[in-house]
Amino acid sequence: MSTMNREETEALIQEVLEVYPEKAKKDRKKHLAANDTSLEKSSKCITSNKKSLPGVMTIRGCAYAGSKGVVWGPIKDMIHISHGPVGCGQYSRAGRRNYYVGTTGVNTFGTMNFTSDFQEKDIVFGGDKKLGKLLTEIEQLFPLNKGITVQSECPIGLIGDDIEAVSKKAAKDLEKPVVPVRCEGFRGVSQSLGHHIANDAVRDWVLHNRDDDNSFESTPYDVTVIGDYNIGGDAWASRTLLEEMGLRVIAQWSGDGTLAEMENTPKAKLNLLHCYRSMNYISRHMEEKYGIPWMEYNFFGPTKIEESMRKIAAFFDETIQAKCEAVIKKYRAEIDPVIEKYRPRLEGKRVMLYVGGLRPRHTIGAYEDLGMEVVGAGYEFAHNDDYDRTLKEMGDATLLYDDVTGYEFEEFVKKIKPDLIGSGIKEKYIFQKMGIPFRQMHSWDYSGPYHGYDGFAIFARDMDMTLNNPCWNKLEAPWLKSEESSDAVAKAA
Amino acid sequence: MRQCAIYGKGGIGKSTTTQNLVAGLAELGKKVMIVGCDPKADSTRLILHSKAQTTVMHLAAEAGTVEDLELEDVLSVGYGDVKCVESGGPEPGVGCAGRGVITAINFLEEEGAYEDDLDFVFYDVLGDVVCGGFAMPIRENKAQEIYIVVSGEMMAMYAANNISKGIVKYANSGGVRLAGLICNSRNTDREDELIMALAARLGTHMIHFVPRDNAVQHAEIRRMTVIEYNPKCNQADEYRTLAQKVIDNDKLVIPEPLSMDDLEELLMEFGIMEEEDESIVGKTAEELAAG
Repeated sequence: MSTMNREETEALIQEVLEVYPEKAKKDRKKHLAANDTSLEKSSKCITSNKKSLPGVMTIRGCAYAGSKGVVWGPIKDMIHISHGPVGCGQYSRAGRRNYYVGTTGVNTFGTMNFTSDFQEKDIVFGGDKKLGKLLTEIEQLFPLNKGITVQSECPIGLIGDDIEAVSKKAAKDLEKPVVPVRCEGFRGVSQSLGHHIANDAVRDWVLHNRDDDNSFESTPYDVTVIGDYNIGGDAWASRTLLEEMGLRVIAQWSGDGTLAEMENTPKAKLNLLHCYRSMNYISRHMEEKYGIPWMEYNFFGPTKIEESMRKIAAFFDETIQAKCEAVIKKYRAEIDPVIEKYRPRLEGKRVMLYVGGLRPRHTIGAYEDLGMEVVGAGYEFAHNDDYDRTLKEMGDATLLYDDVTGYEFEEFVKKIKPDLIGSGIKEKYIFQKMGIPFRQMHSWDYSGPYHGYDGFAIFARDMDMTLNNPCWNKLEAPWLKSEESSDAVAKAA
Repeated sequence: MRQCAIYGKGGIGKSTTTQNLVAGLAELGKKVMIVGCDPKADSTRLILHSKAQTTVMHLAAEAGTVEDLELEDVLSVGYGDVKCVESGGPEPGVGCAGRGVITAINFLEEEGAYEDDLDFVFYDVLGDVVCGGFAMPIRENKAQEIYIVVSGEMMAMYAANNISKGIVKYANSGGVRLAGLICNSRNTDREDELIMALAARLGTHMIHFVPRDNAVQHAEIRRMTVIEYNPKCNQADEYRTLAQKVIDNDKLVIPEPLSMDDLEELLMEFGIMEEEDESIVGKTAEELAAG
């Protein structure tokens, strides 16, 4: 079904690379590939998680974004301090649409910005005293917080502040966890290292807090949802399915999550991992330390949902498996009409994706359920284990692009002419101005949820209203229209 | 107005030499300002007879931001109407002293501290140029003349050579030049010849040889320059000579730093360093005894 064969895809890559100077060409060539479904290891065709080249328009974030923005930020009953100058916290505040239940400013704090607002004097004299004061003030003003994290911005690492010592002291004084996170933005090549650093901070400062506390009553059906950030309510749409199957979800990491859930996670029977990239580290750690197995799943689109639910059910007993089938049957009846309605409107449409660390592969099934085809996919900050998992999901000879540059993405789009692009806010207006329907696939374009059956119905509606929006026929200015069409307009008038 | 910066190995006597030199300039009727660029803030004590001047950064921290300060808050006037400012910075082990220097110098510029009819500005900079902040005085539109205080000791000359490398970097992007070596004598053998040889190799000159004299210590205990404390002593004349030489100095060069090998060769020539015995490198005492 792919419109380009291997030779054509490779020729396209070659053509796009042509503009670069020799050194850049050599580097970027490794990050662009024609998919080869026969490969087991992606390292044979693509390189990832390397430093972006200066001068290209990369779309990546930083380690602070990975820790504060992704992993820690959504823990709703903790207060996350953006430690450093005011901008990092303010410009990332509430931007990721991690939905939560609670009263903001009382027992939930996710959409507020707490910052130490560094000034020159704090850089020169160090910010430890200010941090100590800030921690005390937080406790006075927001006493219902369950704990505090210190998310380091760049200067903290540069001036060598000892945030660990301040945090330890404050934890003692406040009698609640205070977690220092060394996620200075300059560390690593993208937000990916921030995820890892944040996972390590959870491991070192939180996960073992209730190891000696047996007051939590476990059941044989306790699972957790890990790596779901509840964007537009994603985790809720996933959680209901697991609960209907007879499982008990004891923690959500980290969308609508709480500190207590995190601390109780070592008591789960199975960790269910949605975003592998950002939370595989802590899942592996829990497997090693507590012997909790983890399982990747995909709740985008009915095909993948059913596949995942059955895989999860197979881990448990026959009651769960029977309930799983009943749930699938129930939702089939709901979701088939959705597919029936939208598939004819979307059949055969071609999609290019460029998102973070999960969606370029996880949403492919959902598009295919609607008869669409993903003809190009790339990740901002994936590692090669992500591409390993992508090769089989994509058609042979389709285009893969890692840490794509602004130039490359535009050129690929011009050539491939997809019917829809799914990427982020920085790409949105460029492609819309090129006349190509676009969905923002980081924030679901202020829609969602897209996970689960409920989410798929919204996903299908959104893709249809974007792709089949009448505005795409109005791109030509009236005075530039051909004689024929203006004649028609005249006649109609 | 001539802007000069004094660099050199830590402990070589930069602050003492600078203040005594400035006192000499003041005596000759020149209007001078000293900008101390060291968190220790001891670049102006001999001029002001004080322990340590209140610094720009400490005042800024008290006031909230540096923007809240006025020039007169940070500027003190001492012997010979010499204007004194200390950038200041954190206690050892915290914060970023380099940023303190940058902030303070920017503040002085913005407040027009340099706009008065000054003849000279002297930046007295922390011994080790550990980061960009301490190179601030030699960046564009700041000091054009660098004087390196040096002695006949090996490490002092290593430092002088390294500082020259730093000057080359900024000489190519701005107007900074090496103006000469000031030998602050430690009474080592053939010290004057050695420093003259080093200066020649760097493409500059030894502007003056300041002999070692207890008068400096006597004055220092009283928090005074030699010229103020005992204007009739020989050492006061030495600093007067240095001051006159600085006024007349027009030999500004882009230095040609020595390679490590060349520098060591020079040191060996003067018997400061012995020929290296490669055979003993990495051998323990036991191994050598067995050897």
